[in-house]
Amino acid sequence: MSVICTSLPPIMRIRAHSRMNPMHARSFVALAASPRSSSHATNRKSRSVHTNPRLQPAYSGHIPLTSFENGFLAVGSALMSLIDTRRADMVAACGETTAGPTLVKLRDIMLESPEGRRILKQMPRINSQTLDLKKLRCLPENTFGRAYVGWLDTCKVSPDSREPVHYIDDPELAYVMQRYRETHDFYHALFGFKVSALPELALKAFEFTNLGFPMTALSMGASIRLKPHQRARLWWEFVPWAARCGSHARCLLTVYWEERWGQDLDEMKKEFGVWDPPAGITIPRPSRVDFP
Amino acid sequence: MQATRSIRLPRKLSACRLIHNHSILRSSDPSGRTTSFGFKTVPEESKESLVKGVFDSVASKYDLMNDASSLGVHRLWKDSFVDSLKPGRKGPLRCIDVAGGTGDIAIRILDYARENYADRETTVDIVDINAQMLKEGFTRFKKTMYHNTPQVSFHEANAQELPASQFRNDSYDLYTITFGIRNCTSIPAVLNEAYRVLKPGATFACLEFSKVNNPLLSTLYDQYSFTVIPLLGTILAGDRDSYQYLVESIRKFPSQPEFAQMIRDAGFSTGGDFDGGAWTDLWGGIASIHTGVKI
Repeated sequence: MSVICTSLPPIMRIRAHSRMNPMHARSFVALAASPRSSSHATNRKSRSVHTNPRLQPAYSGHIPLTSFENGFLAVGSALMSLIDTRRADMVAACGETTAGPTLVKLRDIMLESPEGRRILKQMPRINSQTLDLKKLRCLPENTFGRAYVGWLDTCKVSPDSREPVHYIDDPELAYVMQRYRETHDFYHALFGFKVSALPELALKAFEFTNLGFPMTALSMGASIRLKPHQRARLWWEFVPWAARCGSHARCLLTVYWEERWGQDLDEMKKEFGVWDPPAGITIPRPSRVDFP
Repeated sequence: MQATRSIRLPRKLSACRLIHNHSILRSSDPSGRTTSFGFKTVPEESKESLVKGVFDSVASKYDLMNDASSLGVHRLWKDSFVDSLKPGRKGPLRCIDVAGGTGDIAIRILDYARENYADRETTVDIVDINAQMLKEGFTRFKKTMYHNTPQVSFHEANAQELPASQFRNDSYDLYTITFGIRNCTSIPAVLNEAYRVLKPGATFACLEFSKVNNPLLSTLYDQYSFTVIPLLGTILAGDRDSYQYLVESIRKFPSQPEFAQMIRDAGFSTGGDFDGGAWTDLWGGIASIHTGVKI
C-alpha cells in the first residue's frame, strides 16, 4: 500500500515553473515535481490548508479527507500512537490531521528567508538515493555532514524510514510537511540526540517551540509512558531547555541543510541560535582533545 | 492448474509451517477476460494474487478489524448462521468450511454440536487459499479442546478447484462459506465445486454481505463503510487499501435474488425468491444467509 512517491535524482527532478494553480486536481509523479504558482504574494490569501469537498488526489499518495474523516483520524491516530509508540505512520497521520494553519505559517516563514525560498523552489528530498553517504563520511570531523552520518551509524537509522504525506490537500503544504519529517533526523544529528523515548520527547518539545506543530505538543502526552525518573528529567531539565532554545532559535525549516554539509557544527549552532541540551540523551561527540 | 496441498498440521510447534504453494500468475495464458477487484477492473488471472495480497496483509489483525468495523456484530451474525444450521441434530456431520481461514465458523459448529447434542464425532475440514489466514486459525484452535483431535483439520486449497483426490465427490454433509465467496474470481466455479463435494440431501450455506434495500439504512451503511472502515484499517492495521478493497468488493457482489439464481444454476434446490426463502437477511440485508440443498 505504500505510496509510489519515488524521489528522482536531482538532475531529473522536474522543475515545473508553471503558472499552474496547485489547487487544480492533478496527480504528480513525486512531490518534488509539484508545481508552484509563481505569484506567491498575491495568491497567499486564497490558499487554504484543508478543503472540505472530496477532491481528486492532488499528488501521488494524496488521500483527501472530509472534516469528519479528518477529525476521526486525528483522534484515532493520537490514541494509537499512545497505545503503540512504534507506529510511526500513526504519529505522521496525527501530525497531518492536526496541522491546521501551522503549515501555512511555516510556509510563509520559509518564503521570508532566501534559504527557505530556495528550498520551496527546488523541493529537495532526503532519502538514500538523494544523499551521498560515502561522500559525507569523508568530510572532516565536527562538520555537520560527518556528524549526520556518524549519528546514522551509531543509532542504526536509515534516511529512508519516513512515511510519505497523505492527508494534506495543498501540494506545497504537503511538501512543507514532508520536509519537516525528513529534516527531523537532521535535528537529531545537530544535537546528537539518541532515538529512544526520552530524547525523542525532548526533541518534540523543541520542535513545538521552534515550529509550532500541535502534534508535537500532543506527543508530550506520551511522557506518561516513561519511567518516573525519566519523566522528571524530561519536564524539569529538557523541556525548559527546549522552550528556551527553540523559541530563541531561528525557524529550522528555513535551513537548507544540504548546502551545509561542510559547515562546522559549533559555528552552525551559533548561527541558528541553539545550544546543546543537558547531558544524558545525546550520543558522545568524537573528542577533539589534543593529546599532550 | 494450481498445485494445492492439504496438510494435517504436525503436532510439533516447531514444524508448524504451512507449505505455501500458491498459484503463480498465469502470464502465459492471457484470456483477455477481466473481473472486478473492488471498484477496479483487473485481468481475471491476477485477481487471485491480488486477493492473496490483501489477506496476507490483513490476516494478523483480521479478527480485531472484524470486531472494530462491525462493532462486534459479526459475532451475532455468525451465531445466527450456525444456529440456523443446527449441526449435530441428526447425528455427526462431516462439514467443510471454505474460506474459513481463521476458524470462526468451524469453532461454532463444533461447539454447537458438542453443547447441544453431546456430539464429539462431527468433523470440520477448514479450507482456505491463504496460508496466513490458516495459520491464524490454527493458532486460535490451539486454545480450544479441538486441537490435535480428528474433529478439525486445515487445508490450503482453492475453492474453485478443490483437488479431487482429497475432496471426493459426494463426501460432505454440510458446506459453509462465510464472507469469502465475494473474494473468489468465479462464483459459479465455487458453487459447482460445492455441489460436487456435497452428498445428495446435504446443505450448502453461505453467509455473505449483501444488498441493503432500505434506502435510509443503505445511505448510512454506505457512509459508514466508505468513511469509517478504511480509516479503522489505517489506524488499527496500518493498511487502508486492503479495507478499501473489502468495502468495494461488498458493493460488487450480486444481490440476493441474483445470487439465489446462481445457486440454483449450480444444481441446488433453494427456497423461493423472497426473504425467508432462498435467503434470510440479517440487519436489513447488510449480511444475508443463502442456503441450498443438493437433491
